[in-house]
Amino acid sequence: MDSLDINSIDSLPGLLNMLVKSLVVMPEIALLIGTLTVLLVSLYTGRNSENVTYVFSLATLAGMVFLLLRGMDRPNVVLFNEMYVHDELAKLIKVLICVTVAVIFIYARPYLLNLKNSRPEFYILGLFATLGMLVMASAQNFITIYLGLELLSLCLYALVAYIRDSNDAAEAAIKYFVLGAIASGLLLYGMSIMYGITGSLNLAEINIYLENIEGLNIGLIFALTFIVVGVAFKFGAVPFHMWVPDVYQGAPTAVTLFISTAPKLAAFVMAIRLLSYGMQELVVDWQQMLMILAVLSLVFGNIIAIAQSHIKRMLAYSTISHIGFVLLGLLSGENFGYASALFYTIIYVLMAAGAFGVLLLLNKHNRSDIDELSDLKGLNQSHPRLAIIMMLMMFSMAGMPLTVGFYAKLYVLQSLVYNDFIWLAILAVIMSIVGAFYYLRVIKYIYFDDLLVRLGTQNNALMANAILTTNGLLIVGLFIFPNYLLNYCVSVFP
Amino acid sequence: MLIQTTVFYFFSGILVLSALAMITVRNPVHAALFLVLAFFTSGALWLLLEAEFLGIALILVYVGAVMVLFLFVVMMLDINIAKMRAGYAKYLPVGLLVGAVMAAEMIIILSKSTFEHVQPNAKAADYSNTQELGKLLYTEYVYPFEIAGVILLVAIIAAITLTMRKRAASKQQSPHNQISVKRKDRVRLADLDRE
Repeated sequence: MDSLDINSIDSLPGLLNMLVKSLVVMPEIALLIGTLTVLLVSLYTGRNSENVTYVFSLATLAGMVFLLLRGMDRPNVVLFNEMYVHDELAKLIKVLICVTVAVIFIYARPYLLNLKNSRPEFYILGLFATLGMLVMASAQNFITIYLGLELLSLCLYALVAYIRDSNDAAEAAIKYFVLGAIASGLLLYGMSIMYGITGSLNLAEINIYLENIEGLNIGLIFALTFIVVGVAFKFGAVPFHMWVPDVYQGAPTAVTLFISTAPKLAAFVMAIRLLSYGMQELVVDWQQMLMILAVLSLVFGNIIAIAQSHIKRMLAYSTISHIGFVLLGLLSGENFGYASALFYTIIYVLMAAGAFGVLLLLNKHNRSDIDELSDLKGLNQSHPRLAIIMMLMMFSMAGMPLTVGFYAKLYVLQSLVYNDFIWLAILAVIMSIVGAFYYLRVIKYIYFDDLLVRLGTQNNALMANAILTTNGLLIVGLFIFPNYLLNYCVSVFP
Repeated sequence: MLIQTTVFYFFSGILVLSALAMITVRNPVHAALFLVLAFFTSGALWLLLEAEFLGIALILVYVGAVMVLFLFVVMMLDINIAKMRAGYAKYLPVGLLVGAVMAAEMIIILSKSTFEHVQPNAKAADYSNTQELGKLLYTEYVYPFEIAGVILLVAIIAAITLTMRKRAASKQQSPHNQISVKRKDRVRLADLDRE
């Protein structure tokens, strides 16, 4: 089936044609069936249910990656009344999402075992969230984008409140839920106005409509504003970032790792589909909106992060500043800019996974999370390998050479310079230097300060340690060979 | 046409008033009842648009199920109304001002923009709304329909995850123990001294 090209499929008779085309949806169907199986199995395995759920979830994700890789050379098709699109961007993002979620599960496992009341729902809700992200990755219609987003968000709200006895987690979950609901409302309002004007929910049709209209219809800008605000909320860009620090701090670290990695990939596709595939004609308008969001995110994210003493809160503000960089790539409105933003998002996910992975593998002996920055003092003396990985992540986030974070920032700046946004590039560099301060402070704590608290490591973490080391090596390896990944990112946007 | 317009304004008026009453009345039970009225009148508006199925579904689902549940919750919770409304008078002017400005801006912008107005033709009397909806849901919209199903499943799982706890003190039936019980487990013969 893989070698069939699009012409020979179209020559097949009706029903068979449909069937062959819908093979591209196999991964999603398989994931749904796999998740439901895991759900049922976890009910009937009693005391072992957590182990079994973990193994089954990883097996499901491994199967997904296999199916998705097999689907890589399938032709690009549009299915289900043009609601589902299978294109290069969707193929790449889906594989990345599944791999990321598998890594998250592996990192989170020792931490969850160490919790007093750990339950199998972490993996089940995680798999459902993955399904939501895959739906978003190939959505070509307002309805499917919205449904995928809600499926993802619902799982995340419940995951934040995973530790039921923690007041912080409950507070974070309520904040996240209320703000998320408002954001969804804004997004839906924008979409409904857009539907009222263009008469279509389909992004491709909306683009065609926008190409053919004459004169300015101010209602379009109105709808666009609401859609951009909705997207900014989900990204966590300033001034719609209020939920990010509280949720990162309040949620258990395993869930913080989840929220800060895979959903960013999904949010990136959502932004690309809505703004570029659907409303490329309005580029002049959304460019200015993204510019404001990006500048504010860079400035506030980096400056407020300096004042944080809580490590998860600091990483939350650092996320906001990274989102600023992703938006800088997006706002150029042309293909190299999109590719650089995609590259940045992928590298950001790699860095965030590594940084939170280190935090997950450490524990204090009173079995609480690592939360204060000062907890990391003298980490080099107790755990030199984890110290090196943390240092690599921090160097990479700061954009230092010898780590891939340097290239991620470089490509975004390059796209800005190509498109004559010199002042934005200068501002981004200045803010990166400001940001370097708090990343280097972590390295100073780890290497140059005396041991304050002797941290323990989690038990049963062999696999997590192996993957984490690979994660650290990738940060350096991709610095040496960035071209393969960059070329792939460029080829995704034809 | 005149009758239709009159009916529309009649129901719309009730809808707006009951929605306003819902957020301003003091008693939460009254607020829930006003919300029921709002749902009911919007159901009537849908009937006016010839969307019979949606109108009936709205009344059945929201009024019949969701709001009844809501009333139960409101009545069972001990809500301190005075405390919840403490900031109401203080924030009201600011809220009204911001709301009025935003509403005015939105009305100005939207009245200047053009919308596609396609007047649909009225359908024949024996036209089945439900059947047409069903056809659309299971053909053109089957993909989003299935995703919506998954979302509902996640909602169930999330609700159970957040609320179900096994407490050591809770009393539970164990059918297995109940049916395998023997006479000697329950009956004890005691020798009592005869008086």
